[in-house]
Amino acid sequence: MKSAAELSRRDFLNATARVGGGLVLALTLPSSTGTGRAAAAAAMGTGKHRAESQINAWLKIASDNSITVIVDRSEMGQGVYTALPMLLAEELEINLDVIRIEAAPVGDAYVNAGNGGQVTGTSNSVQDAWEKLRMAGATARTMLVSAAAKRWGLDPGQCQAKNGSVVNAAGKTISYGELADAAAKQPIPKDVKLKPKGQFDLIGKSRLRLDSPGKVDGSAEFGLDVKLPGMLYAALAQSPVLGGTLKSLDSGAAEKMPGVRKVLTSTSGVVVVADHYWQALKARSALVLTWDSGANAGLDNAAIGTLLKNTAAAGAGLSAKKLGDAAGALKSAQHSLSATYLLPLLAHATMEPMNCTADVRADGCDLYVGTQVQQIAQTTAATAAGLKPEQVRVYTTLIGGGFGRRLDIDFIPAAVEASKAVGAPVKVIWTREDDMTHDTYRPPAREEVSGGLDASGKVIAWRLHITSPSITARMFPPVTGVDDSVIEAAVNNLYDVPNLSVSYSRQEIGIDVGYLRSVSHAPNCFVIESFMDELAAAAGKNPYDFRMAHLANKPRQRRVLQLTAERAGWGKAPAGRHQGIALMEGYTTHLAQVAEISIEAGQLKVHKIVCVVDCGQMINPRIVESQIESGIVFGLSAALWGEVTIVGGRVQQTNFNNYRVLRSNELPELDVHLLDSDETPGGIGEPAVALVAPAICNAIFAATGKRLRALPIGTQTLQQT
Amino acid sequence: MIALTVNNRLVNVDAASDTPLLWVLRDHLGMTGTKFGCGMALCGACTVHLDGTATRSCVLPLSAVEGRSVTTIEGLSADRGHPVQKAWLEIDVPQCGYCQSGQIMSAAALLETKPNPTDADIDAAMSGNICRCGTYRRIRQAIHRAAELLPIRTQMGEKK
Repeated sequence: MKSAAELSRRDFLNATARVGGGLVLALTLPSSTGTGRAAAAAAMGTGKHRAESQINAWLKIASDNSITVIVDRSEMGQGVYTALPMLLAEELEINLDVIRIEAAPVGDAYVNAGNGGQVTGTSNSVQDAWEKLRMAGATARTMLVSAAAKRWGLDPGQCQAKNGSVVNAAGKTISYGELADAAAKQPIPKDVKLKPKGQFDLIGKSRLRLDSPGKVDGSAEFGLDVKLPGMLYAALAQSPVLGGTLKSLDSGAAEKMPGVRKVLTSTSGVVVVADHYWQALKARSALVLTWDSGANAGLDNAAIGTLLKNTAAAGAGLSAKKLGDAAGALKSAQHSLSATYLLPLLAHATMEPMNCTADVRADGCDLYVGTQVQQIAQTTAATAAGLKPEQVRVYTTLIGGGFGRRLDIDFIPAAVEASKAVGAPVKVIWTREDDMTHDTYRPPAREEVSGGLDASGKVIAWRLHITSPSITARMFPPVTGVDDSVIEAAVNNLYDVPNLSVSYSRQEIGIDVGYLRSVSHAPNCFVIESFMDELAAAAGKNPYDFRMAHLANKPRQRRVLQLTAERAGWGKAPAGRHQGIALMEGYTTHLAQVAEISIEAGQLKVHKIVCVVDCGQMINPRIVESQIESGIVFGLSAALWGEVTIVGGRVQQTNFNNYRVLRSNELPELDVHLLDSDETPGGIGEPAVALVAPAICNAIFAATGKRLRALPIGTQTLQQT
Repeated sequence: MIALTVNNRLVNVDAASDTPLLWVLRDHLGMTGTKFGCGMALCGACTVHLDGTATRSCVLPLSAVEGRSVTTIEGLSADRGHPVQKAWLEIDVPQCGYCQSGQIMSAAALLETKPNPTDADIDAAMSGNICRCGTYRRIRQAIHRAAELLPIRTQMGEKK
């Protein structure tokens, strides 16, 4: 048999072609090797020498009984380093405390079926893993039991897996560590059965996160923290005007500064490489640079608004959803109304600024990066290094905030090009200002909506026309027809409306737009839930009753709406307080929110957000709760203050002083309630974001009669004028 | 060479005197628990204790810490045994975790002066530490829990 060093990644992938229920062929590998980093192992805590058997793509068992779960989604706070191992552990019959986590390399086995690639996004990590990792655990358990039975000369039926060991009727016990090598050579069972819900020991129970210890003692390794022998640090100078190009560079003064090793022009901008980051930053400010602003020299928010407005006026665009005859029903409606909603550009503003560490050698490249897209990171680095993709090894670090920003790879090439140029590992770090002014921004949108009511106050017509840039067309071209990431929630037909039309006009704005947590759920739910309130007001109905009246056969939706209203004391707000309600389905999760606010002297205060969630089967309710709270806080920042403004093609927001985000003293009371459910798991990372703005704006309407049709709420006048 | 004490260890640092303490800790001393978030003392990710006081290390030049004593997250305890760390684990505060070193250092400094902080005390001490994951509610809960876990004090601390 080949040693691990001889066994190339390609061999491994061939050997692990999918079999049966998504499992891979058994393969025994000693612990990881590699010239770039004896280090990958050390960082993951596998430095010491010991025999380790790889049972399948997600599981290694060592002779010391430690169990490594290979997690193929990126941990960025949403809890996949806990929830995914719990799925495997449930079937493997092990305690969580023996588990060590390893980030998956690039590999076919690690593709997220829901995303068509090795991608952590669209809140579907648990959905993708739900069967896959339980099967991985169950199959491995069966193989361990078979190995033990063989050793004892018993029938496997006489042996049982329990708490990291196999036991037999005579009370004999063999630990998984002792069995691992033999188990890995067992045939892969074809028809393992998964536990029914009633027998779950772990799934559905609140367990402490496995990644917390390193996050409270500073030892957790984020991309920014990667250390390699001989590593240099780099700062990157990019065109201040988005999309601009370098016209001239005089690096003479910078190159003479202490510690500076090299100044190079990369595809991303000018890279200053130095012994230490502060040296690189100081030298960057000594560069004499001129830029060609290019086509964006005159770009500003007014120009973007005009582009969207003109395109919206030019025609209804591509049809995304059509039921009945919305135009006809609008004409025949007893009462109809129309409104235009405007959504701003937003920045991701992850706490960890963009960074990447690359170690390029003649025969390969090691890439250490907090990425949500391992395959794309690999090919991006390969292109930058002039290598083949399989020559690039991607080590995914912990991510200090993703929110979709790290679905992009624009922070990778400079590190690779710089490492190649200096012949040493290089870590490129963006400053906060680099990060804020060179984001891939949540696209702006103009949404024109019309609705018609019949004589009884029922909505009989709904027409929504969305005009915005297409993220998918930039990142995953080509897009033919409607970009699905633009019309989320809008095409769900959440409410019973017989005549519905949703259409989309694509209008690019000259700058890179990106996926941001909850993507188009946020703009579209703002429009849908605000306009439902407008229709309710037009019909003279209570917004809660009005919604209920349009959810005839929607039990999950009715349940979350009703429970949210009950918990919030809908209609019974204390004196001076006002409530707004909103409902959505997204990521196959159903949820509703009630915001309770007051307005004094024109100043908004959000006192409380109540949120009831039905996300199907929960894996770890405490993590679900934290993600819902997280989404609400994220949504509060965006609703209250989130806006990127552009003047002369330059982003005006540079840091947290002028891109305001919620601070702890501004946190309203949060009441998150999770519903037990037998439905398959839904997503939890993103949905809660989208309801905050409409719930608050509906409460503002309840308080003042003023309808806000643009975000952020910011400095808008809240009184009816 | 500039000498200072980091986590009770005397260190000599060969770096330009304007180098922010943050980068001294991270790049020169290899202590990466203290994070870079904003570079302008706006987010608190870089919080350390300077002679016991919570301080933003990203804007503090090396020259200003000569001869002084710095405690980082690595030095808060040897075994995650500081009451704040224990409470953080018990309440399971972190999500992405990037800001948590700074949050913990701010919370630990708060409890040094106010062993029984009110919500208002917590707001005042913690509003400089941004968490984009929104762990604020659990942070507040964990600080109250840490206060319960503090060893009983007989002197200044008026801990009951």
